Amino acid sequence: MTSLLETEDETLLRDSARGFLNDASPVSALRANREQGRPFDPGLWREMAQMGWTGVLVPEEQGGADMGHRAAGILSEEMGQVLAASPFISSAVMAATALRGAANGRASDALAQIAAGESIYAIAVDEGPKHAPAKTALRAEKSGNGYRLSGSKTFVADGSSANRVLVLARTAGEAGDTSGLTLFDIDVERTGLSREAISTIDSRDHARLNFDDLEATGEDIVGELDNGFATLRHGLEAGQATLAAELSGLTAGAYAMTIGYLKERKQFDRTIGSFQALQHRAAHLFSEIEITASAVINAGRILDESPDQATLAVSIAKARATATAKLAVSEGVQMHGGIGMTDEYDIGFFMKRARVGAEWLGDYGYHAAQVAAARGF
Amino acid sequence: MADDTTELSKFRNDIADWIINNCPETLRNRPLGEGSIVWGGRNWSFDNDDQRVWMENAITKGMTAPRWPTAYGGAGLNRAQEKIFREEMTRLKAPSPLESFGLWMLGPALLAFGTEEQKLHFLPQITSGKIRWCQGYSEPGAGSDLASVQTRAEDMGDHWLINGQKIWTSYADKADWIFALVRTDREAPKHKGISFVLIDMTTPGVSTKPIQLISGKSPFCETFFDNVKVPKSYGDGIPSQVGEINRGWDVAKHLLTHEREMISGGAQGLLGGRSTGEFLSSLDTDVLSDPVISAQAMELEVDSLAFGMTLDRYKDQAESGRGVGNASAMLKYYGTEMNKRRYELLMSASGSEGVEWDGPHGSLAPEWLRTKANSIEGGTSEVMLDIISKRVLELPLK
Repeated sequence: MTSLLETEDETLLRDSARGFLNDASPVSALRANREQGRPFDPGLWREMAQMGWTGVLVPEEQGGADMGHRAAGILSEEMGQVLAASPFISSAVMAATALRGAANGRASDALAQIAAGESIYAIAVDEGPKHAPAKTALRAEKSGNGYRLSGSKTFVADGSSANRVLVLARTAGEAGDTSGLTLFDIDVERTGLSREAISTIDSRDHARLNFDDLEATGEDIVGELDNGFATLRHGLEAGQATLAAELSGLTAGAYAMTIGYLKERKQFDRTIGSFQALQHRAAHLFSEIEITASAVINAGRILDESPDQATLAVSIAKARATATAKLAVSEGVQMHGGIGMTDEYDIGFFMKRARVGAEWLGDYGYHAAQVAAARGF
Repeated sequence: MADDTTELSKFRNDIADWIINNCPETLRNRPLGEGSIVWGGRNWSFDNDDQRVWMENAITKGMTAPRWPTAYGGAGLNRAQEKIFREEMTRLKAPSPLESFGLWMLGPALLAFGTEEQKLHFLPQITSGKIRWCQGYSEPGAGSDLASVQTRAEDMGDHWLINGQKIWTSYADKADWIFALVRTDREAPKHKGISFVLIDMTTPGVSTKPIQLISGKSPFCETFFDNVKVPKSYGDGIPSQVGEINRGWDVAKHLLTHEREMISGGAQGLLGGRSTGEFLSSLDTDVLSDPVISAQAMELEVDSLAFGMTLDRYKDQAESGRGVGNASAMLKYYGTEMNKRRYELLMSASGSEGVEWDGPHGSLAPEWLRTKANSIEGGTSEVMLDIISKRVLELPLK
């Protein structure tokens, strides 16, 4: 029987991650990154690599710590709690999981570089405003012994900072088919790739990637030709579960700030937390948080135990985490009142990251539909 | 399940064999409904002989109370084994051999607060289905404010003299005994003068009257105590109260936690155990093409699956000794509110067929009406939110 209780090892990991992040990357670090115009602190990333976080899903043979998806979720929860910015989900979770599934010689080297923190991978999937891998239209046309890639990808997280990109391209079929897609592993310096940074509300790295007759070879293919969706799917699901964990941590951070404020702010000669109107809203939020926490832990557990049957668990987690984060940040700003609207106060950072996280890798509707399909209606 | 250990998968095979060999096949494929529940008790009559056979076989193996120690008529299973037993029961469509407020509520209270003699005396009567219990908590003037109960128990030396009225006593007219909250000290602060007393319903002066609800007939009754003499002792080491005199509120609170978990857990099944998806798929296909109904159904499914995981997580946590405490109020709040949402959805999905008392969806309309009580009984949603905000979030009083 799978238990959703945290094990002793997991608690140790959480405590050490929390201790580290509270010092190395409090919310003020995000503010500093924003002022300096950088999406994350490379020094922080190096330290994460030294602690084995970048290799959390990389096998030991490639220098990884191989701690599993629930462990990645715990790290992500802790990062979410303080809004620590890094390419962790793109590179250490999604790319590592997809490459691990491909398991050829080049993928093995790539995994070693991810674990060492030397490579930063971005995942280029979506071409429109909603997550829809099957709608991929970017073409990889056969050309001699290789391929030529043409088309655009948008909302590529960590797309400007990455030095490599896994791009989903159409080698057969029509936009809308999950078959006929192929996953390519491309160096960002390769001729034919141009990148435009998109300035997003969460002050993190997102980019549009334009492929203009970029030349690729069979060596660049990760997994099988025309079957790239199957390879990428595990990576996407791992990313969705870890992003759900980040949102769950973000929710916990916003919630703690809000409860703290309710206990301290006085109006009408009373602490505002003594008003039943606010108490019941806070208690409702607590309930939603507890239920989402279960779904997030469950997704990590299922990915560790039976990754081929994780779609339902992952989508429940991402849908719940998206909805609960939205509630927590909305209630957070409202209960803080005017000060919650000021840039000087941190709660707004939580709201902005929650909105980006809501859209990334599938919004509420995308994942609710996955749940309904898995449940037969 | 793919993740069973070897020991547990052996247990799963054995318990499945036991169910197949002991639960008559005719019982295993019948739709479940209020009428198919076996409650036991002195006046019980079985719908059919198969129910009797199944109950007796289960009693022999202790499986009417799988988690209770064998000394008290249980099977002494651990939590993992019990979960497997429940899963196999569901998979094999076996009905519960016996249900009762004794199993759900009084038993857990006696296990926590009873004397050894009380446990040995009362628990086997529960597991064997001999005595059917009911719960005397609420009064006309003590609903959400339960600790203001006014039913009086006067100390008459060797017995208590009880006068007063209870309300919302489920199945009081069918029960053999009642566990009731009575005021034994009228001077003490309200939480400190209550005792938890066990009373034989055949005692002169006890009477009951059924209550009709908006959903139709109901198991609820009013229960009257008119100069009822209750002995202080039922034998050596068997006082008629559970826990100490005037400390009955502690027992009541403990038991309310069980009741909340039961009500929130019960919110899972509906319409003979069909899931929301199964029910919706059985309707006119146009229903799910309505974007609002379809969206509500998806949201409900997401929430209900995540809630199920949370029930399991809280049970595991309670089991691990770390306790859940007042956070169980969350399960009661969320589970009952979700059940109301579920029935609102089923009613919209059923359209005009849903408003028939006995239409194509059977008892859907009365079940829908009945769900409105889920967030009232056992502590209202608002009381649950108060408990969470004061005891869990520790929000200030002023």
